[in-house]
Amino acid sequence: MSRVGLRAVALAYLAVLLLVPVGVVFYKTFEHGLGAVFDSVTTPAAIHAFWLTIEVAVIAVPLNAAFGVITALALVRGRWRGKSLVNAIIDLPFAISPVVIGLALILVYGRNGWLGSWLSDHGIQIIFAVPGMVLATIFVSLPFVVREVAPVLREIGDEQEQAAATLGASSWQTFWRVTLPSIRWGIAYGVVLSTARAIGEFGAVSIVSGKVAGQTETLTLLVEKRYGNFDVAGAYAASALLALIALATLLAMTVINPRKEPA
Amino acid sequence: MATIWLSLIVLIPLAAVVAKSTDGPFWETVGSRQAVSALELTVLASIGVAAINAVMGTLVAWVLVRDSFPGKGVVNALIDLPFALPTIVAGITLLALWGQHVAYTRTAIVLALLFVTLPFVVRSVQPVLLELDAEMEEAAASLGARPLTIFRLIVLPNLAPAIASGAALGFARAVGEFGSVVLVSGNIPFKTQVASVFIFNQVESDNTPGAAAVAVVLMAISLLVLLIIRRLGR
Amino acid sequence: MKRTLSVAVVAVAALVAAGCGGAADTKDATAATGGGGAKKLALVAYSTPQVVYDQLIPAFRKTAAGGDTSFSESFGASGDQSRAVESGQAADIVAFSLATDITRLVKDGIVASDWASGPTKGIVSDSVVTLVVRKGNPKHVETWDDLLKPGVQVLTPNPFTSGSARWNLMAAYGAQLEQGKSEAQALAYIKELITKHVAVQDKSGRDALNTFTSGKGDVLISYENEAITAQQKGKDVDYVTPGDTILIENPIAVTKSSKNPAQAKAFVDYALSPAGQQVFADHGYRPVDKAVFKRNASTFPTPKGLFTIDDLGGWDKVATEFFDPQIGSFARIEADAGVSTAK
Repeated sequence: MSRVGLRAVALAYLAVLLLVPVGVVFYKTFEHGLGAVFDSVTTPAAIHAFWLTIEVAVIAVPLNAAFGVITALALVRGRWRGKSLVNAIIDLPFAISPVVIGLALILVYGRNGWLGSWLSDHGIQIIFAVPGMVLATIFVSLPFVVREVAPVLREIGDEQEQAAATLGASSWQTFWRVTLPSIRWGIAYGVVLSTARAIGEFGAVSIVSGKVAGQTETLTLLVEKRYGNFDVAGAYAASALLALIALATLLAMTVINPRKEPA
Repeated sequence: MATIWLSLIVLIPLAAVVAKSTDGPFWETVGSRQAVSALELTVLASIGVAAINAVMGTLVAWVLVRDSFPGKGVVNALIDLPFALPTIVAGITLLALWGQHVAYTRTAIVLALLFVTLPFVVRSVQPVLLELDAEMEEAAASLGARPLTIFRLIVLPNLAPAIASGAALGFARAVGEFGSVVLVSGNIPFKTQVASVFIFNQVESDNTPGAAAVAVVLMAISLLVLLIIRRLGR
Repeated sequence: MKRTLSVAVVAVAALVAAGCGGAADTKDATAATGGGGAKKLALVAYSTPQVVYDQLIPAFRKTAAGGDTSFSESFGASGDQSRAVESGQAADIVAFSLATDITRLVKDGIVASDWASGPTKGIVSDSVVTLVVRKGNPKHVETWDDLLKPGVQVLTPNPFTSGSARWNLMAAYGAQLEQGKSEAQALAYIKELITKHVAVQDKSGRDALNTFTSGKGDVLISYENEAITAQQKGKDVDYVTPGDTILIENPIAVTKSSKNPAQAKAFVDYALSPAGQQVFADHGYRPVDKAVFKRNASTFPTPKGLFTIDDLGGWDKVATEFFDPQIGSFARIEADAGVSTAK
């Protein structure tokens, strides 16, 4: 298969499945002109939703990144039983529909849930407040960094790390100087995907957020609210904002990793 | 330390769901014709989607890493958008595009699922391809091996874990997908109702144990398929 | 890595500085409904009357009783909102689409059991089930029987995912009874409607309306207030209210856990006052205040065969008899629909 042939097939697939739909989103966003879009994304509700979305992602993504790297190392480099099971459990958060995730969190942290009375006795509000939304977001974006880093770890092998160890480097030095640089692309892509997923999450966050206007509404919830209020242009504008955040994250990652630019 | 994190975030809430499922007639709900039909449709559609992703995703990743053409950077940047866009937007956009022709059919379900799972295999394979040492391929080529053989015998085995990883993630996501499918599928029981919508129905009808029961079965099936896909990737 | 961390720190700092934007989703800053009063009230309501409450709240805050209040509002699907309050969402005032969403909270001790003892029996607004058609009514749909004509495509949301959608089916069912048919014949009507004429079952009334306005289907079973809202927003639809249809009654109540019960009750009283009821009327909801209703009678014609859910036995009985997922007759019709179409 020639290079051009492969390129054509890949691009055709992407065009139909991705480029055209995304193009539609941006087209419908700017259909009524730049001014309308600007108004739409600068209403107090939109501004708050924007910052809340970022806030939730800024908490969830780094936590998942740290967890991801540690777990990937344990899975690939470690020797212990039950690896396959842990592997499969890590992927499970994806398989669970957002309705169930919301249900699960409410069953544990809700008023009638396992921790419900303890939480209300101590005045801690998790569900129907930002902490609950962070939990839901962590849940749905948990596997990404692990899954991006593990195959890379497997691919590069551990010879360099072993060499460093024989030269007297401590585990931390080995990790920081040898392992980390070689998995940076895995981490970068994991963070990008994790962020995109975190900001785009709708279902589970919708259930645990309480949908309080101006307090617990993220951009995705704002999109739904606007769509339901016949403000389709506004819904698309908020979606375009989400797309821009995702693009900005990718840009940031490629800036931080200037060595190998895939362009 | 990682296991504590895992437990806190994932396992305890899931355990709560399993516990809830025992509050009602577990096997009756799960064995009902509507539940079985929804589960079947979901699993089959998701396996199909995972398979398509494994092939096309690898192809796209290959083109993005090894090829170069004007606009490649833009295309690369757009790959993550199916994640960042809320599922409701994916739904209404797909409806706007293919609207009357395939809407409210099983094809619509597959198309919606392909859209939301697009990034998985691509992003899974890309970092591995970037780290892949091209020396072996060049050596094989200089020895006269054809490109397809090189790919099959040298590149593919190295990519297999990443492809399997991405496909498994795509499968898992497809199984749980709700927001876009519920808009484009029409939700007709026995025809176009997927498991996540069935579960939603049960919650809305105040049948929480029933919802939990089907969710547990779905989780078990997913675990099984995930284990199998990973085995295949070795 | 260090750079990512510092970026994150800066972001968090910026967040703290930016503070909350507020609740208003319009460019007009004076539309801010939150307010800075000391008495905080949380309104948890179903989604369609958001337009009404967006007006009611600022108006209430200008009155003496509401002067010192500030509001937080949450809107969503009626059943979901009710379940959220049951699971711990803070609420001082709850307003839902149908009474079962309030009785759920009564059972859980969140709402007092005498919530319906006021002069309007706890109801704040009414509507009727109507048939929404394309502009000009090209298929000449006027009655329930017209829905069964060959080739007519009907949209109605799934009554198992949308509590509010239950009004639609009870209207259709009750209309058959009003016309003198037996219960068996009424069930047969519903069966034929669902199996032969409904192609899509959206998960909520608003989703169904959006599906209809995007071109699918010939008739949408919906509520009068939805049809009026759609027209006010410029959609090209007409609506025909059949002679026999059900009166939709939307309840409102205060919660027992409210920290500001006097203000919460004052808000409900305001919603029931002539001024408040007129706001409802302006947006297509039938006021329960008789004087206000009379003033707006031209918008709200009274169908000849209007009946209520109590005529059919009340929601508790109806919920079990028809909508119980295992034994309800409508549930069985949905399941039986699989017999003819299963692969």
